[in-house]
Amino acid sequence: MSINKDLVAASSTALVLAILADGDSYGYAILKRVRDLSGGALEWTDGMLYPVLHRLERSGFIESRWALAESGRRRKYYGITGAGREQLADERRQWQMVDKTLGKIWSAMADRASAPVSLVPTLQRS
Amino acid sequence: MDQTHTDSPAAGSLETQIGTWRTHLRRSHTITSRDAAELEDHLREQIASLGADGLSDDEAFLVAVKRLGAIDALTREFAREHSDRLWKQLVLAGDADHGDTEARAAGWSRRMWVALGLAVAAAAAMKIPMFFGIPFDSDHSTFYPLNIGFLILPFVAAYFAWDRPLPPRGRLWLAAVFAVSAAVVNAFPFVPKPTPSTMVLTMLHLPIALWLAVGIAYVGGQWRGSDRRMDFVRFTGEVFIYFVLIGLGGGVLIAMTVGIFHAIGMNMEPVIVNWILPCGIAGAAVIATWLVEAKQSVIENMAPVLTRIFTPLFALLLISFFVTMLWTGRGFDVKREILIAFDLLLVVVFGLLLYSISARESQAPPGLVDWIQVTLVGSALVVDLLALWAIGSRISEFGLTPNRVAALGENVILLANLGGSAFLYARFVQGRAAFSRLLNWQTFYLYIFAAWAAVVGFLFPLLFRFA
Repeated sequence: MSINKDLVAASSTALVLAILADGDSYGYAILKRVRDLSGGALEWTDGMLYPVLHRLERSGFIESRWALAESGRRRKYYGITGAGREQLADERRQWQMVDKTLGKIWSAMADRASAPVSLVPTLQRS
Repeated sequence: MDQTHTDSPAAGSLETQIGTWRTHLRRSHTITSRDAAELEDHLREQIASLGADGLSDDEAFLVAVKRLGAIDALTREFAREHSDRLWKQLVLAGDADHGDTEARAAGWSRRMWVALGLAVAAAAAMKIPMFFGIPFDSDHSTFYPLNIGFLILPFVAAYFAWDRPLPPRGRLWLAAVFAVSAAVVNAFPFVPKPTPSTMVLTMLHLPIALWLAVGIAYVGGQWRGSDRRMDFVRFTGEVFIYFVLIGLGGGVLIAMTVGIFHAIGMNMEPVIVNWILPCGIAGAAVIATWLVEAKQSVIENMAPVLTRIFTPLFALLLISFFVTMLWTGRGFDVKREILIAFDLLLVVVFGLLLYSISARESQAPPGLVDWIQVTLVGSALVVDLLALWAIGSRISEFGLTPNRVAALGENVILLANLGGSAFLYARFVQGRAAFSRLLNWQTFYLYIFAAWAAVVGFLFPLLFRFA
């Protein structure tokens, strides 16, 4: 199963901020973490992560610094800021609300599926 | 594990491949060398990881590049995020299609003809009132100084309304702004002394308010976005410079005209005053607009270059002024003009600040230039506060004429702007706030400028009974 692009884009802020809340990281490692966590279902085109990181940095949610990685190359590391943590808490509330709402609908649908009259004929009558 | 790959005979070709990829990436100006370095680090790590899984260098490179995304798509995504870089890129602003060169050339020449047509129309609009016996000369009639904005700016706005996807409601609204304000201002019963000061104030402030209305057309109606408003600020700086340059060229043209016709004993002055000057001004405004749009990518933007040169010099001027004042113990010579003088100082400092931050790479860490900028703004604030303090007690003595209220208001507005900027800039330099806060503060201030210009232009005549 792969997740549609809009949904991936919508969840990117929450994902990046949540991963950085665990500790500073860099682009490749962030992507790897997302891929591992979602079992590969959340697939980004790798390069698209960077504009997201730059947008979050511009908004002051994360900050960056260049440092020498163990490979000997210069690497750009990102860390979350205070404003970023606030934003993350806000995003979290929103996603939980979406999740809760959807959860209710799914269970209501499951109930209806077992009932004799389904939704489809109702729509056709109107 | 990196080692095994760099030592292999294919390592040279991998480096070449990465080099080629980097060159392609950098070809678009929306990706800076820092961004490219960040992406390259990603690419190399991906290649190393794939190599560890047993892929050859060539295979690993291909897969890694594919995963990173097509360069076209990448640059588009970067451009969307970094519209400040995009500004230099927009050869054909408002055109979303990345079409072939033929389509581009067609768009270019179409725009040129529209711009030329509007320039001629603006020149005609300038000329028409003269046929009804209204002299262009401001000594004899106040019509032109009062209406010049209405004669030129609608054509600039029309260019954008045509070029941008401005919704019909936006067009109507814009047309209404121009029509209503033209009607109102011309209906004002100004006191018939030579030039009442509220009228002069209206003449000075009306074009500013109208220019900001043009901004709505410039951003295609999306004036709520801070980025788009910043683009308009950049555009304003460039168009001003182009206009001045065209004006200089025009001056040479006029001097030549006078000179060579004088040689055959003809006086060209009436032709110049009645035709070349008014029509030239109107046409130049529209042409400058089109030029900025068309040439954006061809040259480096001028306004930021000029601010780079003058920011340290003005900072030096203010500091030496301050030191001299302390050293010699001289106070301010409190005259009526002092407010205007300090308004002008604040305008210059504001301009320097605005155009240096408008061109600044917002992700770059604070550097020397930023320190100079903070020094400049800080010292301007101190000097202006001293001046305000010096005249504060005597403002009431001078009496509240429209000129002084306007001058004081402008001083307070600019002082607040620079105060806020200094605060945000200092926090940014200390690494405690994002640079975008400063940009948002400035673009937010466009509302305040628009409101103030409208208040002085439209309300002051009413408040001061058209005196």
